[in-house]
Amino acid sequence: MFENLSNRLGEVFDRLRKRGALSEADVDAALREVRVALLEADVALPVVKDFVAGVKEKAVGEQVVKSVTPGQMVVKIVHDHLVETLGAESKGVNLNAPAPVPVLMLGLQGSGKTTSTAKIALRLKTRDKRKVLMASLDTRRPAAQEQLAILGIQADVPTLPIVPGEPPVAIARRAMQTARLEGYDVVMLDTAGRLHVDDELMGEVAAVRDAVKPVESLLVADAMTGQDAVNVAKSFNERVGLTGIMLTRIDGDARGGAALSMRAVTGCPIKLLGVGEKLDALEDFHPDRVAGRILGMGDVVSLVEKAAETIEQEEAEKLAARMQKGQFDLNDLAQQLKQLQKMGGLGGVMGMLPGIGKMQKQLAGAKLDDKLLGRQQAIISSMTKIERRKPELIKASRKQRIAAGSGTTVQEVNKLLKQHQEMGRMMKQMNKLGKKGLMRHGLGGLMPR
Amino acid sequence: MSETETTQEAAAKRGWFARMREGLSRSSSRLSEGITGIFTKRRLDDATLEELEELLIAADLGVTTAAELTATLRRNRFNQEVTPEEVRAALAEEIAKILEPVAEPFELDPAKKPQVMLVVGVNGSGKTTTIGKLAKALREEGKSVMLAAGDTFRAAAVEQLKIWGDRTGAPVIARETGADAAGLAYDALVEAQRAGVDLLLIDTAGRLHNKADLMAGLSKIIRVLRKVDETAPHDCLLVLDATTGQNAHQQVEVFREITNVTGLVVTKLDGTARGGVLVALAEKFKLPVHAIGVGEGADDLRPFEARTFARSLMGLDS
Repeated sequence: MFENLSNRLGEVFDRLRKRGALSEADVDAALREVRVALLEADVALPVVKDFVAGVKEKAVGEQVVKSVTPGQMVVKIVHDHLVETLGAESKGVNLNAPAPVPVLMLGLQGSGKTTSTAKIALRLKTRDKRKVLMASLDTRRPAAQEQLAILGIQADVPTLPIVPGEPPVAIARRAMQTARLEGYDVVMLDTAGRLHVDDELMGEVAAVRDAVKPVESLLVADAMTGQDAVNVAKSFNERVGLTGIMLTRIDGDARGGAALSMRAVTGCPIKLLGVGEKLDALEDFHPDRVAGRILGMGDVVSLVEKAAETIEQEEAEKLAARMQKGQFDLNDLAQQLKQLQKMGGLGGVMGMLPGIGKMQKQLAGAKLDDKLLGRQQAIISSMTKIERRKPELIKASRKQRIAAGSGTTVQEVNKLLKQHQEMGRMMKQMNKLGKKGLMRHGLGGLMPR
Repeated sequence: MSETETTQEAAAKRGWFARMREGLSRSSSRLSEGITGIFTKRRLDDATLEELEELLIAADLGVTTAAELTATLRRNRFNQEVTPEEVRAALAEEIAKILEPVAEPFELDPAKKPQVMLVVGVNGSGKTTTIGKLAKALREEGKSVMLAAGDTFRAAAVEQLKIWGDRTGAPVIARETGADAAGLAYDALVEAQRAGVDLLLIDTAGRLHNKADLMAGLSKIIRVLRKVDETAPHDCLLVLDATTGQNAHQQVEVFREITNVTGLVVTKLDGTARGGVLVALAEKFKLPVHAIGVGEGADDLRPFEARTFARSLMGLDS
């Protein structure tokens, strides 16, 4: 989501990097761009002003002018300040209370509360081994309670039986009662979407809060939210009292300035990110990584972690051993493609890579999509076993056969072979670069150019 | 009948203005307070213009549009002594000028029977609710409407549309969750032709515009519809959430590319979010804005009126 912001700042700092020394005028010019970039990224105006003022205070001065690479210095100051504004550390859902722990989910209509409720419940069940009960207090939107019930079945998390016509506060009380009697650890309460200026409904949710005394009150907000994010977050915090924020639709291409705004205006930590429609598409919030991503420095840590989760250890070790011997054949490439797909496809991986912000535009222009991975796998599948082990055998007529077999063109086959060659070349350099280098160049090598 | 209609109309009209102003006054009171703060009979200088620009940005108009509007004001009023009202009126006038060409209510074409409307948008923008409200409005005009529950992905989306069908007396064509949306759209169009309804409203699953595979799913629905009727879909409505910030630009751009969007509906305008991005969208894409959503009730869909919207945005009476 933050790619566009990284683009902007990337351009500014590219200019800075090209200059030797940094004058006050340079800082001012950079900060004007930072201001516009942040505003276009939907960061709320007061937050932008504070941010820019804070950066300027730190940036203009001797430390920058005298530093060896002034551009990098400014990048670092902006980055540190971003991290500071986003919140210094990441925290999961707080369950530090006697069971059953009530968790209240709040937000505007359509922000993604119900899906998020099920996502958190699923994670608490599978990762934290908690016994979770979900209850929908949404008596307003048609079929909202049914929606949570269906998600409960999908996630294999029990939901409170629906009693038609029961008011929200009564549902909440019944949920807590049921949880106490049946020994649940956590009760997830999904409320109806409401406007923060709707007095009646805000009163209703305040009554729910008083009835259950939630340990967590999470504001679920759309990453696409504009300047209004500050009003929403402020009102919910004042009326109900928030303990954290969950940002949804991070998998979109919104610049996500709302994250900065809401964090700054409420002081509440951003705890979780929704990154897709599937119930396991939930991630912890890491401010340092997100800030790095905003600045075009990439989210390498996330990528490495995700890779570690997805790629089976054994396979990875085998692959690494083969690579070191310089025996990287097309079977290995096929293996890598498969793992890449597991990690959420090219789009998922590339969003996390450094320096990709600018490339993404070109990639979008090239109509690149995840089908590419599938096509490349098809090409390799259309080769004989011998060809896969010894790609140098593949000449014109074999290429034609492979193209026909995989429903692609000879050009595409050529492209894949060239890519494999380049990867092989990089593998050799890799030993010098170490593990971090492998991650960057190995996956970078996969990208078509 | 005509008598009741007029009373209803009058009621609706009053309701709309009142509601819109009520909603808008919340945010625009801040906006106009800000402006009042700047201009208590003051000279319009650079500093004031900059503050003014920032106020427009805070209403989601975007950096570029805010700069343009301020530049116009600078040309016309620079260094003059001005009151807050004058500034607000002038700005509202400029905004209305931008919005007027796109304020086009949705019209049914009697020549097309059934007229087919595809409703698209990102997740949670309010597609299903908008369909429910549209169906209600058209049913009240005596038109026959059929609904197709094309959101076969989200849990209980089909049930949600069925409830709207019951409320408005419109038949709903549905399959189980997980079914092929394009196949369902095909069946619905065949059924709509057979029944000879005036309008077929096709709901779709919410999708983020940057997901190529999901957007391809939309193209497929259109391709399949064209097998039944080459001219379908006649309308493609993009539903935008007023809370959305500058990302609305990308949404319109991509959805327009894939589905040939013919009109917009802006929802959730009853909050403090003013949907100021609409001004920039009108300038850039010139897509008609058919209606605005101002609440969750069946009657909370209103025609979009440029002047009212602009003047309310600036905290002025209509």
